[in-house]
Amino acid sequence: MFSLASVATMSACIFLFGIFFCIIQNFQYMVKTAEQNVAVTVFFEKDLPQEQMDAIGEKILARDEVSDIHFVSADETWEAYQKIYFEERPELAEGFAEDNPLANHAHYEIYLTDVALQGSLVEYLESVEGIRKVNKSAEIADILTNFNMLIAYVSVAIIILLLCVSVFLISNTVTIGIAVRKEEIAIMKLIGATNSFVKAPFVVEGILIGLIGASIPLGLLYYLYTRLTQYVAGEFNILTGLLQFLSVDEMFRILLPVGLALGVGIGFFGSFFTLRKHLKV
Amino acid sequence: MIDLQNVTKAYSTGVQALNGITLHIDKGEFVFIVGDSGSGKSTLIKLLLKELDPTSGTIKVNGVNLNKMKRRAVPKYRRKLGVVFQDFRLLKDRNVYENIAFAQRVVITPSKQIRKNVPMMLSLVGLAEKYKSYPKQLSGGEQQRVALARALVNQPNILLADEPTGNLDPKNSKEIMKLLETINERGTTVVVVTHNQEIVDQMKKRVVAMHRGVIISDERKAGYTQHEN
Repeated sequence: MFSLASVATMSACIFLFGIFFCIIQNFQYMVKTAEQNVAVTVFFEKDLPQEQMDAIGEKILARDEVSDIHFVSADETWEAYQKIYFEERPELAEGFAEDNPLANHAHYEIYLTDVALQGSLVEYLESVEGIRKVNKSAEIADILTNFNMLIAYVSVAIIILLLCVSVFLISNTVTIGIAVRKEEIAIMKLIGATNSFVKAPFVVEGILIGLIGASIPLGLLYYLYTRLTQYVAGEFNILTGLLQFLSVDEMFRILLPVGLALGVGIGFFGSFFTLRKHLKV
Repeated sequence: MIDLQNVTKAYSTGVQALNGITLHIDKGEFVFIVGDSGSGKSTLIKLLLKELDPTSGTIKVNGVNLNKMKRRAVPKYRRKLGVVFQDFRLLKDRNVYENIAFAQRVVITPSKQIRKNVPMMLSLVGLAEKYKSYPKQLSGGEQQRVALARALVNQPNILLADEPTGNLDPKNSKEIMKLLETINERGTTVVVVTHNQEIVDQMKKRVVAMHRGVIISDERKAGYTQHEN
């Protein structure tokens, strides 16, 4: 009966852990996706030959901070500009038919591996000969970096808290188990049972509680996560671009082993150390 | 077999339970340890079981110096001792058979051996037909017999009995004592702690009297016989 209560409390803890884990993983995934869309743009000195631009592009791509670069020619820049500003009144653009007013605006869009590295990359780019101007999105980069850090800190704090609660619960279960079976343990010790013989049932019980206590919430989370991602994708498809969820398989590739290991680990260590404390065998 | 040299035991509370005890018990002896409450009888049993360590002095049992015994060697040592208590200490949720079998499982006895040994012990204590009963279905005397069977099933060479008749009526007390005598006749050294003077007088065995932590007399009554094995 008491083991059942322990399984239930353990399940609740692992379930909470799972929820936080899913939220954190998805946040990080979303931030990562957003980071990939943060770009640094570099413009070149007037009349810089294409070969030199290519050479600069190769140098930039070789940097560790850079995940990808995209060259946009002056013509492409002008086309894009027209699309945005003259779409409804194309006749206004006709005045520039033979002349590209953005002739000096060929540029590279540089995508970062980690948005936190933007500062060092910009410093480097500003020192490269042939580059006239570097446009950076410092604010977005800072927000994302800070947000990522905040999530990391919060997640570590919550996970540590949940781990402590779980260990405490298992420890409590074992302590009560020892109290309930005090007589039996005393008899075992008097008869000549070895330490491991006395401890084994408690440790096995702890591990089983951990294993069952982890399996139930993991199963439930698998079901709920699948349903939730399907629901959000179906009902809020406008936000699909913004809310990028990890697939259930990707999520559980990490969560399943982590959850089970956590359950078994808490069960084992919780019971083992409580036994050392309460059973002087 | 049991040898205590100048043993003292002081508890952390300041109580001096034993004060320079020297006692020798030979193999196959039947010894009563008598005395009032607080005389140190139970402390003596706890020291022999290595539940406690003496403050000073040496204790040797079966040739082994308990003072030098490592903690992990204690279980193996206890397997050579059988012990019964005033309150029987049976497992209430298990029947008679399981209570005795439990003692064998603790020392990892093969199941086949357990199935052979338990009925044998039950016959010895006269409870062969009650193997399915639970402790609460038995009288005090019967429960103490089960406790005795459990203490003996691992074939210890010493049996320590701490007030084994303390909760029994005179008739049952007599029967338990008879059983202890039979066990002694089969070669087991028996040490009985009691304050039941009537039983002690009837049994005509060696009697060690204690008072406030010291041995005040050690005498063999008329008709005393020692069983050597």
